[in-house]
Amino acid sequence: MVGLEHYLILSAVLFSIGLYGALAKRNAIVILMSIELMLNAVNIAMVAFSRYIVPLLLTGQVFVIFIMVVAAAEVAVGLAIIIAIYRHRETIDATKIDLMKW
Amino acid sequence: MPYQLVWLIFLLPLFSFAIISLFLRPFLNHKPKLGGYITIASLLGSLGLSVWALLEVMAAPGHSLLVPDINWVIIEGGITIHLGLIVDSLTVVMLIVVTVVSLMVQIYSQGYMHGDPGYHRYFAFMSLFTASMLGLVLADNLLFVYVFWEMVGLCSYLLIGFWFHRPAVADAAKKAFIVTRLGDFGFLAAILLLYFNTGTFDIGQLHSLAITGALAGTTLTWAAIGIFAGAVGKSAQFPLHTWLPDAMEGPTPVSALIHAATMVAAGVFLVARTFPLFSHSVEAVTTVAIIGGFTAIFAASMGLVMTDIKRVLAYSTISQLGYMMLGLGAGGIAIGIFHLFNHAFFKALLFLGAGSVNHATGTFDMREMGGLRKFMPWTYATFLIAALSISGIWPLAGFWSKDEILASALQNQPILFYLAMITVFMTAFYMFRVVFMTFGGEYRGGGAEAHGKPHESPSVMVMPMVVLAILAVVSGFWNVTGQFGAFMGHGETHSFAEGFFGILTHSLPWLSLILAGLGILFAYAMYSAKWLSAERIGGLFKPLYTLFYRKYWFDELYERVFVGKVLVGGFFAGLQGFDTYGVDGAVNGVASGAIATGRAIRRAHTGQLQLYGLFIGIGILAIVICLYFFG
Repeated sequence: MVGLEHYLILSAVLFSIGLYGALAKRNAIVILMSIELMLNAVNIAMVAFSRYIVPLLLTGQVFVIFIMVVAAAEVAVGLAIIIAIYRHRETIDATKIDLMKW
Repeated sequence: MPYQLVWLIFLLPLFSFAIISLFLRPFLNHKPKLGGYITIASLLGSLGLSVWALLEVMAAPGHSLLVPDINWVIIEGGITIHLGLIVDSLTVVMLIVVTVVSLMVQIYSQGYMHGDPGYHRYFAFMSLFTASMLGLVLADNLLFVYVFWEMVGLCSYLLIGFWFHRPAVADAAKKAFIVTRLGDFGFLAAILLLYFNTGTFDIGQLHSLAITGALAGTTLTWAAIGIFAGAVGKSAQFPLHTWLPDAMEGPTPVSALIHAATMVAAGVFLVARTFPLFSHSVEAVTTVAIIGGFTAIFAASMGLVMTDIKRVLAYSTISQLGYMMLGLGAGGIAIGIFHLFNHAFFKALLFLGAGSVNHATGTFDMREMGGLRKFMPWTYATFLIAALSISGIWPLAGFWSKDEILASALQNQPILFYLAMITVFMTAFYMFRVVFMTFGGEYRGGGAEAHGKPHESPSVMVMPMVVLAILAVVSGFWNVTGQFGAFMGHGETHSFAEGFFGILTHSLPWLSLILAGLGILFAYAMYSAKWLSAERIGGLFKPLYTLFYRKYWFDELYERVFVGKVLVGGFFAGLQGFDTYGVDGAVNGVASGAIATGRAIRRAHTGQLQLYGLFIGIGILAIVICLYFFG
C-alpha cells in the first residue's frame, strides 16, 4: 500500500537532486532544469498532502496549477536571459558569469 | 481701586513694547513719532499707578499691600511656583524712581533720537526695558526676579548695541552682557542653593526663615554671597566694573536710564530686597560693605583723569553705587536705598546734560568743549545743580543720603569711612572738573561733526532736565524729617526745621562739606582759574596718573590673561582638542571602521550565484534546525 510518506520521500529525493543540481552544475540550462525539478518536488508534496490530509478540499491542487504556470513563465524568462548572456559572452558557464562580485 | 491694578504698572510698558514692535514698526514705520507717544502714554499710566501705590502703601498698616497672585506652574507632588507681586515700601520707592526717570528719559529721547532710522526699535526696547525693570522690582519670588533680571540685562545689551554697525559698539554690548553674566551665575547658584535648602523661591518666606534662624550658617552666607555676586555684576562693582564705562557707547538717554538710574541700581535693590539674608550673616554684610566702600574710591580715582564726559559719569556711577553698597552693608536698607533714590535723579540729569552737550558739539571729549555756559544756559544750570547735588553740598539731595552713609560707616566700618571721606573729595573734584572743562572758559570748537556755534537743545530735551533738576534738589528732603527711614522700617522722625538745620550742629557733615568744597576749589584752581597746571600735576604724579588713566590695567588683565590665556589658550583650546580628537575622532573612527570591515568581508562576494544559493540554503537549514530544537 502506498502511503503519504512514500510520496513525501519521493518529493524530498527529487528536491535534493534539484538542489544539488542548482548549486553544483555549471551549465546554466542544467541549473534551470534543476530548479524545475525542485518546483515539481514541491508540487508532488502538495498534491500528496491534499489527497491524504484534506481529501475534500482542492486547495493544494489549485496551488500546484499556479506553481506550474509560474514555472512555465520562469522558464521562458530564464531561457531568454541565458540566450542573452550567451550572445553577449559566448558562454553559459555559471561560474564565469560573475559580474556581480566586488 | 482694587490692588490687581498694580499688575498694570509693569504690563502697560509691556503692551507698549508689543504695540510698537508688532504693529508700528512693521506697518507704520513712516510715522516714527507714534512709537515715542505710545511709550510716553504707557509710562504716564505706570507713573500714575505707582503714585497711587505709594499713597496706598503709606496708608497701609505695616507698609505693605497684599496683591492677589496666581499659581503659574504646579507640578504634582513637586514644585508650585506662584506668580505674585510684593508691594511694600521698598517696591514703591523703586517704582517711583523707575517710572519718573524713565518718563523723563523718554520725553528727552524724542528730541535726542529725532530722525534716527531706528526710532521705533529704540522705543520698543526702552518700553521692554522699563517693563522688565518694573517687573524686577515687583516680583515676589527669586525665580521671577531672576527672569526679569536677565530681561533687563538683555535690554541693556540691545540698547548699548543700538548703533551696532559700529564695531566698538557691538563689542561694548557683548562685553556688558558677558561680564554681567559672570555675576548672574552666582545669583543663579544662590537661588538653587536656597531652593534645595528651603524648598521655596518666595522672598517673604525666605525672609522669615532667615529671621527665625531656620536658614543660617554657611548656607545662608554662601546664598547671600551668591546673590551679592549677581549684584556686583549688575551694579558694576569691583571686580566686574569694567563693562559699565564701555557701555557708554550706547545712546546717551539709554545711559541715563539704564546705566545710571535704574538697571545698575538693580544690584543694590536686589541686596535690599533680600536684606534679611545678609543681615543675619556677618560675613555677607561685611563683604557688601567692603566691596562697596572699595569700589567707591577705586572708581572715583579713575573718574579723576578721564577726558570723555560720559566715561567720567560712568565711573562716577560705579563709585556712587559703591556708596549705596556701603550704605547697605554698614547701615541698612533705608540708607542704601535713600542714596539710590536721590542718585537716580541727579545722575540721570547729569547724563541727560551730557547728551545735550553732545547734541550741541557733536563730541563727548571735554577737551573739545568749553565755554558752553554762554550757549546753553539751561543745560549749564541743570548740570550745575546735579553736580552740586552729587558732590554732597547742603541742602541738595546728595548731601542728605551721603551724610547718612558716612555716619553709618563711621559707626560700623571705620576704615571704610576714611576711604569714603577721600571719595567725597574726589567726587567733588571730578564733577567740577567736568563742569569747568565743559561749560567754563572759551569754546574750543567741538568735534568733527560740529557745525557753527553750539546752541541750546530743543525744549523737549530741556524740559525733562528741568524736572529732574527740581527733583535733584528736593528728593533729599524726604528724609530730612526721618520720614524715609521710618517708611523703610527703622529710624525716628523729627520736625523738618530740626532736621534741616540740626544736621549742621554735628561735626561730620561739616567735615564732608569741607572736603567737597576743597574738591571744588581744586577743580576751580586747575581747570578754571589755571592757578595750578593740570599737566604739571599730572606729570608730578606720573605713575599714579598712568595707573588711573589706564584703569589699573583691568581691561588688559581681563582681555589678555583671562580671555586670552585662560579661556582662548587653555579652556577653548582644550575644548577644540576634545572636538578634534574626541568628537571628530569618534565619528571618523566609526566611518573608517565600517570601511575597513567592508574591505575585509567583501571578499566573500565572489559573484558566484550558486555559492550565494548554497549559503542561503545553509542559512535556511540552520533556522529550521534551530526552530526544531529550541522552538
